[in-house]
Amino acid sequence: MATGTHAAHDAHGYADHTPGFFVRWFLSTNHKDIGTLYMVLAACAGLVGGGISVVMRLELMNPGVQLLAGDTAGQQWNTLVTAHGLIMVFFVVMPALIGGFGNWIVPIMIGAPDMAFPRMNNISYWLTVAGFISLLLSAFTGGAGTGWTIYPPLSSAGAGGHTGPSMDFAIFSLHLAGAGSILGAANFITTIFNMRAPGMTLHRMPLMVWSILVTAFLLLLALPVLAGAITMLLTDRNFGTSFFNPAGGGDPLLFLHLFWFFGHPEVYIMILPAFGIVSQIISTFSRKPIFGYLGMAYAMVAIGVVGFVVWAHHMYTVGMDVDTRAYFMAATMVIAVPTGVKIFSWIATMWGGSIRFPTPMLWALGLIFLFTVGGVTGVVLANAGVDIALHNTYYVIAHFHYVLSLGAVFGIFAGFYYWIGKMCGRQYNETFGQIHFWTSFIGVNLAFFPMHFSGLAGMPRHYVDYPDAFHLWNQISSIGALISFASTLWWVFVVFHTMFFGRKVGANYWGEGATTLEWTVTSPPPFHTYDELPKVSAAAHH
Amino acid sequence: MALAGLLGLGLASLFAGGAWAEFVDLPHKGQMDLHEPATPVMERLVALHTGLLWLITVITVFVMGLMAYVMVRFRASANPTPTTTTHNTLVEVAWTVIPIIILVGISIPSFRLLYYMDRTKDAGLTVKVTANQWFWVYEYPDQKIEYESRMLQKADWEKLSAQDKERRPWLLAVRDNDELIVPANVNVRVLITSADVMHAWAVPAFGVKQDAIIGRHNETWFNVTKEGLYYGQCSQICGNLHSYMPIAVRAVPKADFDKWVASRQKSAGVAPTTDVAGGPATSPAR
Repeated sequence: MATGTHAAHDAHGYADHTPGFFVRWFLSTNHKDIGTLYMVLAACAGLVGGGISVVMRLELMNPGVQLLAGDTAGQQWNTLVTAHGLIMVFFVVMPALIGGFGNWIVPIMIGAPDMAFPRMNNISYWLTVAGFISLLLSAFTGGAGTGWTIYPPLSSAGAGGHTGPSMDFAIFSLHLAGAGSILGAANFITTIFNMRAPGMTLHRMPLMVWSILVTAFLLLLALPVLAGAITMLLTDRNFGTSFFNPAGGGDPLLFLHLFWFFGHPEVYIMILPAFGIVSQIISTFSRKPIFGYLGMAYAMVAIGVVGFVVWAHHMYTVGMDVDTRAYFMAATMVIAVPTGVKIFSWIATMWGGSIRFPTPMLWALGLIFLFTVGGVTGVVLANAGVDIALHNTYYVIAHFHYVLSLGAVFGIFAGFYYWIGKMCGRQYNETFGQIHFWTSFIGVNLAFFPMHFSGLAGMPRHYVDYPDAFHLWNQISSIGALISFASTLWWVFVVFHTMFFGRKVGANYWGEGATTLEWTVTSPPPFHTYDELPKVSAAAHH
Repeated sequence: MALAGLLGLGLASLFAGGAWAEFVDLPHKGQMDLHEPATPVMERLVALHTGLLWLITVITVFVMGLMAYVMVRFRASANPTPTTTTHNTLVEVAWTVIPIIILVGISIPSFRLLYYMDRTKDAGLTVKVTANQWFWVYEYPDQKIEYESRMLQKADWEKLSAQDKERRPWLLAVRDNDELIVPANVNVRVLITSADVMHAWAVPAFGVKQDAIIGRHNETWFNVTKEGLYYGQCSQICGNLHSYMPIAVRAVPKADFDKWVASRQKSAGVAPTTDVAGGPATSPAR
């Protein structure tokens, strides 16, 4: 990139030396553009994954099999369920929060001109795109009907498993997206440790940056284990190994342990950046610094560390030794403590504040309350005894959708409304944003709260059809899902309306509560944000 | 085939009596809670869950209340000048220590339940369950009985009386004579394995659920304290007909169980019926 000094940039300087279209968007080395690319990917994948969930809920609206046809309706169902899960986890939430907001905001917040490895940043993005394409190829060659956890022997090529290329495409999809994330993690860690502006000590970093830092370490340590597990699955399927096949000396349980060793940190990977976003928003709209900054930062570290030693609470029914189950139950309950510290600290931040309620604040408040609901059902599921009744029922689905759809996804929308003005220079329409929030809030609660009841009543997961007795809650759920999806389509309208008709805004359109560095640069920021590094003083804010 | 028909008659006279005379555990419409316990394990599980449910409701309402208060009391129009408070040691200690105390409190009954569920006490009967795509095989190793248990197909289900359809709902109903028969008030040891992919054998009213994994036997136990018919469903995704391999367990008086064993053993020479060797049943929706 260009070296040397340039004349001070004004808003028009933004277009001055951006590369041509192809170089700019396909060979990018700019953290803002790459952030934008990730967000577009996440939005498109979100419509696909959400569309699949609409088909699923339409099928489940009434007992009987109405939409899917033929002798393989069950297998078709299983592939929809699997695709929904894989798309939402790997191609919506992670790209939006880490690739999108992480890339856009972290360098600006720490006063860095770009990421440490701008070109590797681009590779990470295109690997993720390749992963998504591979997943679509999997869908078009029959689809993998294993659930997002792809357990063998169902995911192997042996008796009863998946012969054919669709499972292999799904595995490659994870290889590609996983590689992109590992490289991205290395990029964030290096950037955050080495490229903070003078005066920006670790303990003066915004909590958003802390959340991405912890997330990056989780990615770096957990993803290679997934890589090992899925590579072994690939060789079992194609090269005659028997890692997971007892006939050859292997064990399906090995896969489960390896998968969940990744899988549990993965759920913290999905929520921690949302926690970071919430901290910024609560502080801005209460016009107060975050209460207990060090507690908040180290609570995230604690969640990350403890999150690595609780994985087998996903495996209480596989036949593990009772003392092992007892340990995992105890360790899992421990995580409730730092999480509680965060919830209470956000409330304490608002206490004594001067609170306004624009759309980003609504999403953040919604997240705090609904994540609490999801979190407490997690305490119930952590219980190894009670889990026997609830494992693989709709209670589990209710729990994780509360913490994900109503946690991570609320965080994504919160970040969108908070930072869209910064990113594109135009502000969203407040009424439109409120409509999006309230219709969404009603829709997702209608969709997921009744699932607690179906689960307690015994309705199993991954079922294409159900006994009549489960009709009522399924019907309500389906109505909620339709409202939710309609709300998401409304949001797509809001995005385009904002980009073309939004009111133009300046550097800090949120006022004195917005104290982090991104509010000191133009909206949108120049192509290269900092020609001179900002100096961060002791009064600097998080 | 005639023998199987006789067997069916024999079972009917052994167990039925009036069709609704027996207790049947089914999910009921709009059910919001766990099934009525039929075993001591499930009784303890339900009790612990009830306690947890109260606790999490209180916590959630508490957080909701705090948030509502804060949003009203400190809205900008009511509090134009924010404070700068960012620390309060007492409160920070409290919200760390109190949750720890609550969790320790939860863990005591939790460990008790877990260890109680784990030990199979002096089993009076051993049953072996082998999961297949997409049916179960039940064996009584000590009694040398073995048979398959498959879902009742749609065409046969349609022929049931209206009353029978309620006792044997679509997707839960198994074929005649396919129920797992166990004596009530006896500790039954269940050994579970799979012949192919992972499945899971579950009976909600018993508080029983264990994965069926090829190459290993998982053990669990139950003691049904109330005679009757109990349903469950396969609880680990296992392929195309995962939704179509229900579990039906009938708990009967010990004397009836012994009679049933004897009659099964007499017809032990008859091979269990299969539609196609190793093949799944045709799609049940047809």
